[in-house]
Amino acid sequence: MNRLVLSGGQVIDPANSIDAPGDLVIADGRVVSIERPGSVPADAGGRWIDVSGCIVCPGFIDPHVSLREPGFEEDECTASGTAAALAGGFTSVAAQSDTDPVVDNRSSAEFVRLQAERAGNCRVYPLGAVTKRSSGEELAEIGQLVAGGAVGFSDAKRPVANAEVMRRALEYTQMFNRPILHFAIVPELAEGGVMHEGFESTRLGLRGIPAAAQDIMVGRDIALVQLTGGRLHLMNISTEDSVERIRIAQRRGLKITADVTPHHLYLTDREMDRFDTMYKCFPPLRTPEHIRALIEGLKDGTISCISADHQPLAIEKKAVELDIAPPGICGLETLLPVCAKALIEPGHLSWSQLISKLTCGPADVLGLPHGRLTSGVLADVTVIDPSEVWTISAGDFRSRSRNTPFDGLQVQGRVIMTIVGGDVRYRSRPATKF
Amino acid sequence: MRFSEVPIAGPWGERHLLGLERLTADQIQTVLDLADYYHRMTQKGAVRLDLLKGFVVANLFFENSTRTRTSFSLAAKRLGADTVDFSASSSSLSKGETFVDTALTIEAMGVDLVVCRHRTPGAPHLLSRHLRAGVLNAGDGTHEHPTQGLLDILTIRQKLGRIHGLTVALVGDIRHSRVARSNIHGLIKLGARVIVCGPSTLIPADIVELGVEVAYDLDRILPEVDCVNLLRVQFERQRGAFFPSISEYAALFGMNGDRIRRGKDGMLVLAPGPINRGVELTPEVADGPNSVILNQVSNGLLVRMACLTLLARERQKAVEVAQ
Repeated sequence: MNRLVLSGGQVIDPANSIDAPGDLVIADGRVVSIERPGSVPADAGGRWIDVSGCIVCPGFIDPHVSLREPGFEEDECTASGTAAALAGGFTSVAAQSDTDPVVDNRSSAEFVRLQAERAGNCRVYPLGAVTKRSSGEELAEIGQLVAGGAVGFSDAKRPVANAEVMRRALEYTQMFNRPILHFAIVPELAEGGVMHEGFESTRLGLRGIPAAAQDIMVGRDIALVQLTGGRLHLMNISTEDSVERIRIAQRRGLKITADVTPHHLYLTDREMDRFDTMYKCFPPLRTPEHIRALIEGLKDGTISCISADHQPLAIEKKAVELDIAPPGICGLETLLPVCAKALIEPGHLSWSQLISKLTCGPADVLGLPHGRLTSGVLADVTVIDPSEVWTISAGDFRSRSRNTPFDGLQVQGRVIMTIVGGDVRYRSRPATKF
Repeated sequence: MRFSEVPIAGPWGERHLLGLERLTADQIQTVLDLADYYHRMTQKGAVRLDLLKGFVVANLFFENSTRTRTSFSLAAKRLGADTVDFSASSSSLSKGETFVDTALTIEAMGVDLVVCRHRTPGAPHLLSRHLRAGVLNAGDGTHEHPTQGLLDILTIRQKLGRIHGLTVALVGDIRHSRVARSNIHGLIKLGARVIVCGPSTLIPADIVELGVEVAYDLDRILPEVDCVNLLRVQFERQRGAFFPSISEYAALFGMNGDRIRRGKDGMLVLAPGPINRGVELTPEVADGPNSVILNQVSNGLLVRMACLTLLARERQKAVEVAQ
């Protein structure tokens, strides 16, 4: 029997309401049990790792990651993106359909899984496109995509603008019990926009994207879920009004979930006066009032997931003028410390609450059997040192891209080990230090 | 002639001139005073100085401009600098070279000062982070156009003797105007009251946070203002229709003889050109006694000479420190 014991840590498993010191016992790639702290001796057989002072929790899950392969290998490939995921503490990611060609057919979905298997890093679940070529016109072969392994459907950053198409998609996907992950933005109100519309955009002369661009589409989507009974997950919620609309819809019992990114929780539109393309993202960075609402949404459960919204972009694509630079932040490797800065340090969330947004929250959205340390489940585990102070260095990224606004930021809290199916796939420091 | 022979009394200390928002009132006065000095020199007949002999000034224009570029070229030449012109109308991406690459290439040729005009806000700021040369913003999209702001303010100061306590109306397309932003920052720092006036679609709501008043009725404010600055309607920067027709715009916000008569005696009329005659103002006003449009053009030269002098002096200090 292949045994692994993580001894002396604080085991946090929000799905099972566990937040206590304990020894996690893993055997043959699965969770066996959580024992009293220090009760499993170092010489009990198998590997025994001292993780005292650390948090032991289920492996993180990101509901939408752009892996860029095939078609955009200058930004990222499956191997580099999943290596970045491991370094960020992720044991499972859902791969966005925004490759070239788009994942709108069974063989493309199977290619995603094949490349992930070859890379041998974290688990990768494909997302299929909602519409063919993500053009928003005709439904993609959703049934075939499910057969190819798709766990959900998304046209990535391209909103399904046509309400009739969205209605059909919400109806059709119900038959497979898979969610649609929608990027809710009214395209006409966002066109050409570089940043949040408000005082800062007025001051800087930069074209703005009003909060209403998201609020309106969120409102439309909620109405369509009410009409169809479909399952909808709203990606990258960034505004106060959207959070409130989602909260009300959930109270009415609609099957709607939502996520937010760390950068929308930590950075505001004030940063744009650096005119630095690293801060350009979509939706844009908002104001402190919106951030407060997003945090309230996390606290009361309206927002059940945090996603890095990993958008790796080659340096030459970002080394251009603000209006032509593509939006996006390379986020997998900085998610945890930025969340700690935005949520833990100011006391907004407990570690257990934060971890739920990264584990059982996204697992439940995608219907994955992960995100918990229940006896018998695959042993996907992340170990965090909550007290380690370190400095983010884009040069050290496993990702092929370096587009981050957090380069040089001093942070506290670090993923030090990532375990997939009982196999230690990532360590931030040499094994002897444990 | 040496820098020490030029009367620069006030503070400066800036390597780059990116916008008026970042300058203090005293720094703005420094530029205006130096421009006035050049004005007196010019009137005495000294049209050419050798202050910037050996300096190379590159005009990097990524957006079409004849007036501003000519003005900068002439200003540099009057100070004895060598000038090189570089224009690229297409976006840098389509050429396969990034904007920063282009600027670094030009700097490697031994350029001391870069005058940059670009359609993207922040483009000169980006350059200033990558170049050792001094960067002078000659207009970045809809953000700032500091030398235009300075020359407008200089013109008002020359004609009315002060800025403090004056009421200045900026009329027209505020949303898309870099001239408006530079004027607002400069005028408010120097103690003027600023009213922005134009179609409500072209005045962003948050503009009041910059310290201005907003008006939509030009006729109502005219009796209160000492000068009106008629901003050009930026047809090329507008996305979609912001007002129903040009004739409606001219009827509501165009400056004509009637409106001049309704205003204060001696109200100044400025227009940062190129003007759309018949839209922002009638020919009668453009060529009439209240118009200071041509003074603005000659002051543009003086202000640019002053800015180039101040930045060249900082550049020389930096080079001396490096040596």
